[in-house]
Amino acid sequence: MSGAMREQSPFRRVVADFCANKVAVAGLVTLVIIVALAVFASLIAPQNPYDLAQLDIMDGRQPPGATSMDGLVFWLGTDDQGRDMLSGILYGLRISLIVGAGSAAVAGIVGSSLGLAAAYAGGRIEAAIMRLVDLQLSFPAILVALMILAFIGKGVGNVMLALVIVEWASYARTARAAALSERAREYIEAAEGLALPRSRVVFGHLLPNCLPPLIVIGTIQVARAIALEATLSFLGLGVPITEPSLGLLIANGYQYMLSGKYWISFYPGIALLITIVSINLVGDQLRDVLNPRLQR
Amino acid sequence: MALWLLRRLVQAGFVMLAMSAIVFIGLHAIGNPIDILISPEADQAERARAIAALGLDKPLWEQYWLFLQGALHGDLGRSFVFNEPALRLIAGRMPATLELAVTAVLLSVCIGLPLGLYAGLHPNSFTGRLVMTGSIFGFSLPSFWVGLMLIMVFAVTLGWLPSSGRGETISIAGVGWSFLTVDGWRHLLLPALNLALFNISLVLRLTRAGVRETLPLDYIRFARAKGLTPGRVIYVHVLRNILIPVVTVIGLEFGSTIAFSVVTESVFAWPGMGKLIIDSINVLDRPVIVAYLMITVALFVTINLVVDLLYTLLDPRVRLGGRR
Repeated sequence: MSGAMREQSPFRRVVADFCANKVAVAGLVTLVIIVALAVFASLIAPQNPYDLAQLDIMDGRQPPGATSMDGLVFWLGTDDQGRDMLSGILYGLRISLIVGAGSAAVAGIVGSSLGLAAAYAGGRIEAAIMRLVDLQLSFPAILVALMILAFIGKGVGNVMLALVIVEWASYARTARAAALSERAREYIEAAEGLALPRSRVVFGHLLPNCLPPLIVIGTIQVARAIALEATLSFLGLGVPITEPSLGLLIANGYQYMLSGKYWISFYPGIALLITIVSINLVGDQLRDVLNPRLQR
Repeated sequence: MALWLLRRLVQAGFVMLAMSAIVFIGLHAIGNPIDILISPEADQAERARAIAALGLDKPLWEQYWLFLQGALHGDLGRSFVFNEPALRLIAGRMPATLELAVTAVLLSVCIGLPLGLYAGLHPNSFTGRLVMTGSIFGFSLPSFWVGLMLIMVFAVTLGWLPSSGRGETISIAGVGWSFLTVDGWRHLLLPALNLALFNISLVLRLTRAGVRETLPLDYIRFARAKGLTPGRVIYVHVLRNILIPVVTVIGLEFGSTIAFSVVTESVFAWPGMGKLIIDSINVLDRPVIVAYLMITVALFVTINLVVDLLYTLLDPRVRLGGRR
């Protein structure tokens, strides 16, 4: 590393390293576009797919490129309700992203706090928390989510709760591992030597230094959450039919696929795929950039 | 060894007990199966009779106690819907799921291992990179959507393979198996491939990473210097050391494969226990849900135990408990 490079701030170094991989940058750009599309869905979408007054059952199952009764072009076709697939996908994307990112964020806060607490408290508290983590991680996510949704029923809030319960353990494990190695460092000893309050040591000193691995896990978990939500919605245990996410849109097209009407399932799936792949690309590159062992 | 096994078995017993309590209480905290099973027009006497017949009038702890007693006798209650013992219902569907899962695991090894070996030996070749890029999709693609696309391409557009069901089965010891008939295989191929996709990527990446790690080691260089053929070096010296993590992961993933067959079975209408559980959740058929979850938990505990045992057989360095 040259002398000039060494003077860069850590943040600028991360940005520079991230941009070294063209594929990851492409992933990030795609992700930004997807988020923008989802946020401004109501401005971009040709129709409001939730407004039943705008739907006409006569426009049902139109192939891509068909024109509606009142001159609207269905670029990606329509579903059985006569809903424009493009609009449905944009709105569905919004729900998928909210559920995915929201649950990952809540799980991140809960899991990281518990992980930090375990590392800092040690003893019985640590043993109890980590036992729970081990138990949780020994069962596959889909099974745990199924079980929870069988208990509490479907709905956006319940799906998010299930995803949080499924995901918190990975954060807790990562946070604990990071905190244990950071705790042995001198700056923590110095902070403790200054008799700073515990909460300040944990949240002011320990947490910021544990963030890099947590950010990486967080990115990957958002992608996992979106995929899992789609799967649960496809199985009929996810979001309600009135506000379909991408997974439910795909499920709705399932029955029409055997008669060759592929577009109802195909395009939401492509949107889902692009979203998940771009998040994973960003996450992969972040892992390489933020990993101190790989730093050049 | 015996002590270790005993400790693990006791531990497993506690996990089972804890899970049974969570499952049982969780299921009773929500929805009332009476509302679903008994018609709203039924009069009070009919309702009371049905509630008593289902044992739903007893206090929760007593219901749990009866359930535990029954569970130890292999009785997990009767399905509200099929009016058949839940355990028998699930046991009847289990061969289909196991057949699917085992085929998927075999597929993932048969496809993943050679591809990973190739990608590891030629990391910079075009094909090697293509394989690695492809494996990212194996992780990223939601499996239910891949299943739909497989149906669309191979069943609807090309018409080569059927889209659903198990096809013709041959019965052995009272259980029907698809893999013994050509028609069964035609039905099995797409769902198994769909279910295997994630594991293919996993095996592939593990194998590649293992090859890349192992090749520069001294014992490989020594084996080469000794003048062994490249084939022998790769297939005996490299492959054997890679197999440990691969076998572990496949073993651990076998449980996940069974859990994920819920999705594949729903897509391909494969009549296994995954499809049964989804149907049961939708109608709140409590005994079946509880029985399914208990069986799956038992399965997981067993798999973890077996993987640990296999580990010691494959790797002489791992000796249980550290001492002989």
